[in-house]
Amino acid sequence: MTANQAMIENYRNSFLKEVEANVEEGEWVKMCMQCGVCSGSCPLGKFWDHPPQEIFMMIRAGKRDQVLGSDSMWMCTSCYNCIVRCPRELPITHIMHGLAHYAKRLGLVPANQPTAKFAQKFWDNLMAKGRVNELKLGLSLYFMNGFGEGVKVAMKNQKLGMNMMKAKRMNPMEIMGGHAVQDLSGFQKAIKKAAELEDARIAQPGG
Amino acid sequence: MADEKKFAGYICTGCGIGERLDAGQLETTAKRDGKLAEVKQHEMLCGKEAIQMIRDDIANEGITHLMLAACSRRAKVEAFTFPEVAISRANLREGVIWLRPDEDDNRETTQEMADDYIRMACAEVKYMNKPVPSGEQELNKTLLVVGGGMTGMTAAVEAAKAGYPVQLVAEEPELGGVWTDLYKRVPFQAAAKDVPNGRDVDLPQPEDPGVETLAAEVAANDKVTVHLNAKITKTSGAPGRFSVDIGTESGGTATENVGAIIQASDYKPYDAGQLPEFAYGKTPDVVTGFELEKLAKEAAGGPIKRPSDGKEVKSVAFIQCAGQRSDKEGHLPYCSGFCCTESIKQAMYFKEQNADCDATVLFDDLRTPGAAGEDFYRAAQQAMVTFSKGKATEVVADGGLKVKFKDLILDEDTELDCDLVVLATGQVPNVGPDPYAQLAVEEAEDEEEKAKAQALLENAPPSILNLDYRQGTDLPQLKHGFVDSHFICFPYETRRTGIYAAGPVRRPMDMKQAMEDAVGATMKAIQAVENAGQGRAAHPRVGDLSYPTFRKEGCTQCKRCTVECPFGAINEDEQKYPLFNESRCRRCGTCMGACPVRVISFENYSIDTVGQQLKNVEVPDEFEEKPRILALACENDAYPALDMAAQAGEELTPWARVIPIRCLGSVSLSWVTDALNSGYDGIVLMGCRRDDDYQCHFVRGSAMAAERMSKVGDTLQSLNLEPERVAIYEVAITDTKRAPQLINDMAETVDKIGMSPFKF
Ligand code: SF4
Ligand code: SF4
Ligand code: SF4
Ligand code: SF4
Repeated sequence: MTANQAMIENYRNSFLKEVEANVEEGEWVKMCMQCGVCSGSCPLGKFWDHPPQEIFMMIRAGKRDQVLGSDSMWMCTSCYNCIVRCPRELPITHIMHGLAHYAKRLGLVPANQPTAKFAQKFWDNLMAKGRVNELKLGLSLYFMNGFGEGVKVAMKNQKLGMNMMKAKRMNPMEIMGGHAVQDLSGFQKAIKKAAELEDARIAQPGG
Repeated sequence: MADEKKFAGYICTGCGIGERLDAGQLETTAKRDGKLAEVKQHEMLCGKEAIQMIRDDIANEGITHLMLAACSRRAKVEAFTFPEVAISRANLREGVIWLRPDEDDNRETTQEMADDYIRMACAEVKYMNKPVPSGEQELNKTLLVVGGGMTGMTAAVEAAKAGYPVQLVAEEPELGGVWTDLYKRVPFQAAAKDVPNGRDVDLPQPEDPGVETLAAEVAANDKVTVHLNAKITKTSGAPGRFSVDIGTESGGTATENVGAIIQASDYKPYDAGQLPEFAYGKTPDVVTGFELEKLAKEAAGGPIKRPSDGKEVKSVAFIQCAGQRSDKEGHLPYCSGFCCTESIKQAMYFKEQNADCDATVLFDDLRTPGAAGEDFYRAAQQAMVTFSKGKATEVVADGGLKVKFKDLILDEDTELDCDLVVLATGQVPNVGPDPYAQLAVEEAEDEEEKAKAQALLENAPPSILNLDYRQGTDLPQLKHGFVDSHFICFPYETRRTGIYAAGPVRRPMDMKQAMEDAVGATMKAIQAVENAGQGRAAHPRVGDLSYPTFRKEGCTQCKRCTVECPFGAINEDEQKYPLFNESRCRRCGTCMGACPVRVISFENYSIDTVGQQLKNVEVPDEFEEKPRILALACENDAYPALDMAAQAGEELTPWARVIPIRCLGSVSLSWVTDALNSGYDGIVLMGCRRDDDYQCHFVRGSAMAAERMSKVGDTLQSLNLEPERVAIYEVAITDTKRAPQLINDMAETVDKIGMSPFKF
């Protein structure tokens, strides 16, 4: 049984309860009063399938697949416009990221979702040395959509790169693998343990 | 009191009046044109020294009539109170110097304006008398409270606390009224402000309804006499001396004398039988919010059972605005304003006894008035009540219940299954028949009209007050059957003086508001009792001692006054003459304006006090090119607006002569005709907003005047004058720019169409 199926079993009746238990700040969703201020404030909301207000309504209406499979919450830029304006003080931005995170955990991320792809690259990059290798991360981003495209973008940003090197903001030697945090294996162990703990918690129905 | 009149005038030269105007000239005008024997000037008339001077003159010289030329009659009211004499005031400060620019080439017209106001005030005071109470008033401190619900009980307890005995009449066999069945009530208080760990802790929860406690308090109060199973069979008299017959079921009648009345007859639940689309009546599992309270009370904290088969309710849906806020036939067009918080509360009943019970509230707008409102809403959200913005269209009952609705956020038609449906239905005011429906029958012009009015009357609910008034048995209504009262300024004051409306009979409201309303209405009733005892008017001319009388010899028994009086103050005597009731009267003068033979007057306000003012304005002949514009401005809104315009430095045409009037309703057509005949070039009438959204302080005065003035066209035509010369406007107290502008506009109009040919 996949993690997703297990969750469906556990919370058969209430997607809202599932969100409360598993999504960061999910217990706030029930407090939304459907005023729509967040959707109206979100600079990107109008490009989304479901702006925040709608996402909350869908959660309450039990539309599990549409919500978790949606790419809306992946589009959140963390601008925090909604949070500062929500009259009910919902931590909307955090809930958006919480939902994205939960969907990712259940393997429900829409295919080729660019922000999801970037997030994965960021994570992998970070895990390798315990710190972010900006040069490699940048380059992997340039070549994300194929080699030809990558060369083009790299050429366009050439001057910026040179200037950064001159200002000692970027070290070309980092391309050779790059330096790691002091205790890399300790770092990796800590991460692994945290992942285990979280998996165990999620496996419990009701969080 | 000596009958001899002795006049004196006082001119203030303070506040810049002395600098802007030639006070010597004003004095001459007062003496020569105003025929005042004695005129004095003072540099600060409202100061201690000058007031003492006036007092001494009254005492030593036997002055009976004062003309004070200073600031507006609305300023320095306290200083210029001399109860033993009649007073007129010439408004030189706000009315003249503040509205006119201080420039050399204006000096002449400004002085002319001031001279005219002196002439007007002198003429006015000549026709005034000091008002004295009629002597027919009585002080009776007992209040009658009609209705045994929370509203009525609160009124009774509050009156008793203030030391006023109460006769409480309730139709039901016990106290509690429409609130008797409540299981719990919506909390009265908001969450505490400073709760540790954030604002959603310790939110208000449903609380004990308090009906029994209050009923016990009423029963135990020895100042309150309760009549149960009782109805009022007759109410006659006036504030201070109402006589009320109380009939009991057993057939007995008790007669009580009371000073004032509070009608707290609350509401009737809306008849959900008009909602077949929601399967009401088809299955007992669709109930109204009122009925759910009964179910919850029976369950007494245990699981709430489904009426059809007694099974525990596992899922419940609330349909908000059921039969409300809708213009469909048989629906209520208004929002009852209490049902959202009621549904929130009821949804919590289910969650309280079983957290797994699904409770969904389908709302369009969730409206949560009251202190606890938003906090209470959040309390229910915390309890996992689901709130869905959706409009229910249908309830299908075949075995289970299916609620079809349109999700307004997701914009889709959807449905939900449940065990029980609760319809949030509204309040219908519990009133007697509209008194003007009754009058309509009596006054019907032909048989067809009569039959129509009769049908309306026959479908009317039974009377509650059974007033023995010529103008009908009950309180006049405004919209949707709610009792009419001045919504903004004096909400408890109905159109029957001394009778106050409290609670949902006035507008839909929840228990908390109804109880607050009861306190307000009780305080007003107490004031009414005290005022009536001294022959003083109630709102808005509080304390006024003048009252209308009529010259019987001149009266043609046309009944205009009895019909037009907005407050039903005038009855009829055995010989069919009008019978004025001083303490029912609000002193608006609408009767005076209505009387075609001009026989009605007040001691200090009459056809002459205004008519002589406008006749004593000096109208220059045509060739001087100085038009005269008469403005009759309502003292409640338009006149203050002009005063405030003056304070704000607005400008008024020097041709204007403004006369304050009690109400546009008091304007007699004869004033308009006289003004046109004396050569005025334009007339501007300014009163409050009329009709359904009225702001008229006398409710109907402004509307009556508008109707009357529609006949001015004939007068103008017969004089061969342009219709633009008379204009009538609705002016609010906030119209400080617009009020002078309207008069200035008339000056422009006159400029265009030319001067009146009626100058001599
Ligand atoms: S924080 Fe995210 S959801 Fe909120 S307004 Fe910004 S982009 Fe929209
Ligand atoms: S602003 Fe807050 S309360 Fe309003 S719809 Fe968005 S989340 Fe809900
Ligand atoms: S019309 Fe006005 S002044 Fe005349 S009796 Fe009625 S309330 Fe009094
Ligand atoms: S309006 Fe005048 S004439 Fe007519 S009944 Fe009244 S007092 Fe008499």
